[in-house]
Amino acid sequence: MSAKKKLKTSAMIASIAGEDQPTTAAPFGHALVEAAGKNPKIVGMTADLGKYTDLHIFAQAYPDRYYQMGMAEQLLMMAGAGMAREGFIPFVTTYSVFASRRAYDFICLAIAEEKLNVKIVSALPGLTTGYGPSHQATEDIAIFRGMPNLTIIDPCDAVDIEQSVQAMVDFDGPVYLRLLRGKVPRVLDRFEGYQFEIGKAKRLLDGEDALIISSGLMTMRAIEAADELREKGTNVAVLHCATIKPLDTDTILAEVRRYPERPVFVAENHSIIGGLGESIASLLMKEGVSVKFNQIGLPDEFLDAGALPTLHDRYGISTKEVIKTLKQHVA
Amino acid sequence: MSQTATVSRAGVIEVLRQRAYKIRRHALRMGEVQGQGYVGQALGIADVLAVSYFHALKLDPKNPDWEGRDRFLLSIGHYAIALYAALIEAGVISEEEIEDYGSDDSILPMSGMADYTPGMEITGGSLGHGLGIGVGMALGLKRKESTSRIFNLLSDGELNEGSTWEAVASAAHWKLDNLIAIVDVNDQQADDRSSTVLNYEPIADKWVAFGWETYRVDGNDLEALVEAFDSALASDSNKPRVIICDTLMGRGVPFLEERDKNHFIRVDENEWSVALKQLDEVYGVQ
Ligand SMILES: Cc1ncc(C[n+]2csc(CCOP(=O)(O)OP(=O)(O)O)c2C)c(N)n1
Ligand SMILES: [Mg+2]
Repeated sequence: MSAKKKLKTSAMIASIAGEDQPTTAAPFGHALVEAAGKNPKIVGMTADLGKYTDLHIFAQAYPDRYYQMGMAEQLLMMAGAGMAREGFIPFVTTYSVFASRRAYDFICLAIAEEKLNVKIVSALPGLTTGYGPSHQATEDIAIFRGMPNLTIIDPCDAVDIEQSVQAMVDFDGPVYLRLLRGKVPRVLDRFEGYQFEIGKAKRLLDGEDALIISSGLMTMRAIEAADELREKGTNVAVLHCATIKPLDTDTILAEVRRYPERPVFVAENHSIIGGLGESIASLLMKEGVSVKFNQIGLPDEFLDAGALPTLHDRYGISTKEVIKTLKQHVA
Repeated sequence: MSQTATVSRAGVIEVLRQRAYKIRRHALRMGEVQGQGYVGQALGIADVLAVSYFHALKLDPKNPDWEGRDRFLLSIGHYAIALYAALIEAGVISEEEIEDYGSDDSILPMSGMADYTPGMEITGGSLGHGLGIGVGMALGLKRKESTSRIFNLLSDGELNEGSTWEAVASAAHWKLDNLIAIVDVNDQQADDRSSTVLNYEPIADKWVAFGWETYRVDGNDLEALVEAFDSALASDSNKPRVIICDTLMGRGVPFLEERDKNHFIRVDENEWSVALKQLDEVYGVQ
């Protein structure tokens, strides 16, 4: 037996927060309670994952507006559609794998085709659990990007999640949000005046040596990588693209064109197939923009089970690995 | 005369009791290695697994892929810790693997997957797959004129999924008398008690109405389990069979039996050794 102690699989409730990183507990649940106080049409519905999607906070505050639908994701989506038809704003929660893989047809026809006002909030997007392919939603964006009418949001942190809840209430139409739950890092409040807006990408850091366009938790990694490289004299810009669809093509094109020589990296907690990377690549191609282009994302494979830090290193999405990739391509 | 024929009923039960004890012990040791795990479920289902693996199933521990085996499908991936314990006790997996349970690159990941572990027939975890796969395998076995059988262990939570009931209807339609479903009714799901999340009672009536030969027993009573398995396997009806097992989470460890029930039963760091000790005491082992 090897002497080296092997890392253990992180629990389902594993946090992606670093050791001394500031965090907020259950930002989605608390933000939904606040929004519900102002809007009586909001209801919460789940498929036996209330506690695991932070919806239990809402359930405690508004027990009579909370619907436990049982572990039946297809029903959850149909019932969400029904609630929306009757004028309510259902926030329906499950894991990303089950929303995208099992419930696809029900979301597509019962919700998206009719532009119904259902907010699908799903936990464990991309690689955020060590439980293996049954729980790792490495291709949820690829699955959903092809669905007309559906808005897709990939928030970075607690700040994004808090702000996106109100934005979803104000927005009329179906939304899919990739939820980070439990103890969620707070990263974006360091950027003064930051405001999440559906359909808008935001430049967080500027730099002429490289540009990272990122979404979700990879924006946090991108910022960490840029901070570290800046100390060594390499200036990396970070454009946070929290809405995957519709894509903020104007901002992305303008940002890429600002420094035509700058290599572009798209970083996402998702397969390199069918996600933000391919979406931006096709945009640049269509617009005739030629740049050095790289993807930082998960391989087109069913991923291993194991401890999350091990897996983030193994598949190239830890801060350390992001820095390595940047160094390979930046002079 | 075969040896088993001469063994008394009491003797059979005593052997199974020892197996169930060891299954519980292996599971607790894995839980201790990780400091977590679905041990409440494992302790609850240990008697069912003892009867399955040491009384009912045809298998060759040295050759887990033997074509003539009965296939045991675990759709509830999170119950893997329980099945690993049974596979260790059966000699399919080495006991040494316990030390690596849930660690990076272990053959015993936290959620059960076919390509990691010998004896793990399917990749579970996306709940509600097992019985449908079982229907296809049972059809396949009949096509091959095999006398092997399919067992599928599913949970009361899986009764919430529509896919389970598609399979229930199909199995009866195809008269799959080589398919045996075992349902663990521990009255627990992720958010709450099953009866609160989505009440499925009367469970047995539903399976009967769908055309299954239905048994409902105390899943922690070895005698009742043996009787139900024996009847289910001996029956000459052409219906698929279901054995609905009411179990108690944490069974065999008194302080866990009494603890507030939860999908993840709480076990504090210093309590693993207490749990093992209490288990030994319950089974009269010093
Ligand atoms: C299709 C699907 N939906 C949701 C989940 C998340 N989940 C894992 S276990 C579980 C509870 C299911 O009930 P049961 O198996 O009876 O739970 P237990 O008795 O172990 O508490 C849920 C909802 C899942 N694994 N698969
Ligand atoms: Mg249960």
